[in-house]
Amino acid sequence: MTFHMQATVGARGFDVGLNLAPGETVAVLGPNGAGKSTLLNVIAGLLRPDTGRAEIDGKVLFDLDGGATTWTAPHRRGTALLAQEPLLFPHLSALENVAFGPRSTGTARKAARESARTWLAAVDAADLEARRPAELSGGQAQRVAVARALAANPEMLLLDEPMAALDIHAAPLLRRLLKKVLAGRRAIIITHDVLDALMLADRVIVLEEGRIAEEGPTRQVLQRPRSRFAAGLAGLNLISGILTATGIRTAEGSEVAGHQDEQALPDGTGPAGTAGQPGVAAFPPSAVSVFLTDAHGSPRNSFAVTVTDLEQHGDQIRVRAGGMSADITPAASADLGLAPGMTVYFVIKAAAVAVYPA
Amino acid sequence: MDQANVGGYHGIPRWIYAIAAAGGLFVLLPLAAMAARVNWPQFIPLVTSESSLTALGLSLRTSAASTALCIVFGVPLALVLARSNFRGQRLLRAFVLLPLVLPPVVGGIALLYTFGRQGLLGRSLEAAGLQIAFSTTAVVLAQTFVALPFLVVSLEGALRTAGGRYEAVAATLGARPTTVLRRVTVPLVLPGLASGAVLSFARSLGEFGATLTFAGSLQGVTRTLPLEIYLQRETDADAAVALSLVLVAVAVTVVGLTYRRPTHPGQRSARTGSADGGWNEVAR
Amino acid sequence: MNTGKPRLAALLTAAALTAGLTACAPSATSTGPSTGPSGGASSDTAGQLSGTVTVFAAASLKATFTTLADEFEKKNPGAKVTLSFAGSSDLATQISQGAPADVFASADTGNMAKLADAGLLDGTATNFATNVLQIAVPPSNPASIGSFADLARPGVKVVVCASQVPCGAAAHTVENAAGVTLAPVSEESSVTDVLGKVTSGEADAGLVYVTDVKAAGNKAKGIPFAESGKAVNTYPIAIVGASRNKELAAAFIAMVAGADGRKALADAGFGTP
Repeated sequence: MTFHMQATVGARGFDVGLNLAPGETVAVLGPNGAGKSTLLNVIAGLLRPDTGRAEIDGKVLFDLDGGATTWTAPHRRGTALLAQEPLLFPHLSALENVAFGPRSTGTARKAARESARTWLAAVDAADLEARRPAELSGGQAQRVAVARALAANPEMLLLDEPMAALDIHAAPLLRRLLKKVLAGRRAIIITHDVLDALMLADRVIVLEEGRIAEEGPTRQVLQRPRSRFAAGLAGLNLISGILTATGIRTAEGSEVAGHQDEQALPDGTGPAGTAGQPGVAAFPPSAVSVFLTDAHGSPRNSFAVTVTDLEQHGDQIRVRAGGMSADITPAASADLGLAPGMTVYFVIKAAAVAVYPA
Repeated sequence: MDQANVGGYHGIPRWIYAIAAAGGLFVLLPLAAMAARVNWPQFIPLVTSESSLTALGLSLRTSAASTALCIVFGVPLALVLARSNFRGQRLLRAFVLLPLVLPPVVGGIALLYTFGRQGLLGRSLEAAGLQIAFSTTAVVLAQTFVALPFLVVSLEGALRTAGGRYEAVAATLGARPTTVLRRVTVPLVLPGLASGAVLSFARSLGEFGATLTFAGSLQGVTRTLPLEIYLQRETDADAAVALSLVLVAVAVTVVGLTYRRPTHPGQRSARTGSADGGWNEVAR
Repeated sequence: MNTGKPRLAALLTAAALTAGLTACAPSATSTGPSTGPSGGASSDTAGQLSGTVTVFAAASLKATFTTLADEFEKKNPGAKVTLSFAGSSDLATQISQGAPADVFASADTGNMAKLADAGLLDGTATNFATNVLQIAVPPSNPASIGSFADLARPGVKVVVCASQVPCGAAAHTVENAAGVTLAPVSEESSVTDVLGKVTSGEADAGLVYVTDVKAAGNKAKGIPFAESGKAVNTYPIAIVGASRNKELAAAFIAMVAGADGRKALADAGFGTP
């Protein structure tokens, strides 16, 4: 009893295959335009892919590969969608909004209302049942929208950045709520926030340019990112190349020394990696020292880079140069007299660089 | 959005008001000139004559019937034009909107060759015992023909403004397309539908050319108020002016009381519903 | 909004006329007679006639007056005739509101009398033509109409003019004279609308003027009936008091009332007063 999908949408360069176990929540991360919403629309039946096949617990959602194509209409799929905006029907009360799903699938009015009350209570919105959407705050409306999606008793919940439009006070509340209701529920959640992925998802998928760039258990992806996007989320610098005995060699030929992680990862995959296969080197910006002159000495890495940007980052100054980041104290930055355009040396101890297969 | 006006700044140059005033006068002045010509002492007897009341009653009844027909055919047309995508859609829209720019008499001639005794459908209808020529039905058909575009234009605009996002959400909640239409789409665009219906009614009320050409003119059957005015003018200018004023009054009342500026269906929820009021399409 | 339309249209027409924008009717017509062989006496009266004469004429005179105007210009190379055709009451209203007409030719004596009473005419009007009603039927005569009494047969769709307009008043007179009561399916506000219903086959018969049947060519068939003599419509023509070229206006009227005019009017079906 699983969800399986494989689909391509030629016009958007979209080509994604995906499996979900029952009760599994997957977070989809990726830059804008990577195809995240396309993925949800394809699953929900709002967008027809060019090729592919999808089924959920044995029910075919679409099958466009064979001679005779199958296409299940959105309302028969059991894939409720929760968007960035609550999109509550403005002419219905909160209660009627939540009762909409059950009513639409044939539940009697009274029973549908009872069910709606239960779900409103589950999202701590029981006292809002008589209100019109216009009388709800953004956070309240999104909670009602969550109740509405759950009341439809979906086989899979599709969440498209549900927290993105909320203010900083409403977002944590909804996140806690989602953690509660998504537990043991099959769901796909699109997010820009690494916190959502950590708190809500069992597994992470990184989409880049319509394809899956990386996927795995949330912790593994954040600890050992293989894509630049995931590394950015995890706050790590990432250099990719070919594994060597001492580290990796980049496509430009420079060597990066590091240590192969001996520690087994949470999902049980070993540190294995043999010289010659693709690998990445990851290190945090805090491990980078900045010098005005080259300071060699083994085992260290030293890169001559040109400063592109300086910005405040917490109580540190983040120096961006050569596609990498370094965090140094404001005092150090002042001592060095850093300014964009300067050539400096980023120096990282080999011990601080994790090297692993890509 | 309305909030833009809160501070009192509207960014309209002063000279715009002068031109707007001239434009308003261009419409109001002839009406005022007509009102000035009304033979007030005789006004009540003139407009309550049997022929006048019969014509007014007929106008109101036929306009109501044609408005109903406009809704029956206009709502599906607007939905098809606003929501689906097919070859020839632009052409269909152009043809549906044609009566807006067509001289009504041309519409009358076209209807004559369709529903007339010798017409395309009229011959079969006549064989089936249905006679449309010179009947009140002909009046309703003529009015529907000229009024339909008003409803379609209003509603298509409202549908496009509303967007398809609420419908998409409703579908994923398990609602069949018919349920979505009944419980989501129609309630969402109800203001637009009402405006369209009012405009259609007003246009039907004023219909003259197509009726004259297609339906004829007989008291109580096909002679609507505009035809009565046209006829009265031949002999009794006072009656014509008085009836014109009645027609203006009825139209102003209907439009003024019921026509509302089309509002953004999602406006209310967008204003308070999300912090940034973001409004981007779901199918990115 | 359509409400004030007829009145507004009249005002706009008047405005257009004042601005001298009125379009001259095209001269080509099928019913126009060939140039009269005799006559020509009216043109050589007083040397050179020149300038423009504006003629407001009843719509039923369109074909005839277009032909006559061409002839008039041919015989008087310095003269130009501007024609404006509409319903007689519309034209009378326009003239009383100051439209620049030199000559007014009405399809009835009533509208001419209105202008005469208002002191808007120069001299008295001359009756120059008559017109009588005729039954117009589609060429196939589907209801087999042969007499006026046939019009009252059940099931016959008859269209007449409303009693408010001259042709309707005439129809009423004829009805009384014949002792036949019609139950028309429509009472139109103009002869053109009645004829339109007949030529399109919507109506089985219509009461229009003999000249209208003639002008319709083969699209309608005319059936004369004796009772039509009870309602003879007389066409008067007169010089408008405000005319600035009364000499030319008089010359045009003389031509209409003269031999050339009589011939052209007879060809169109008009009778002699």
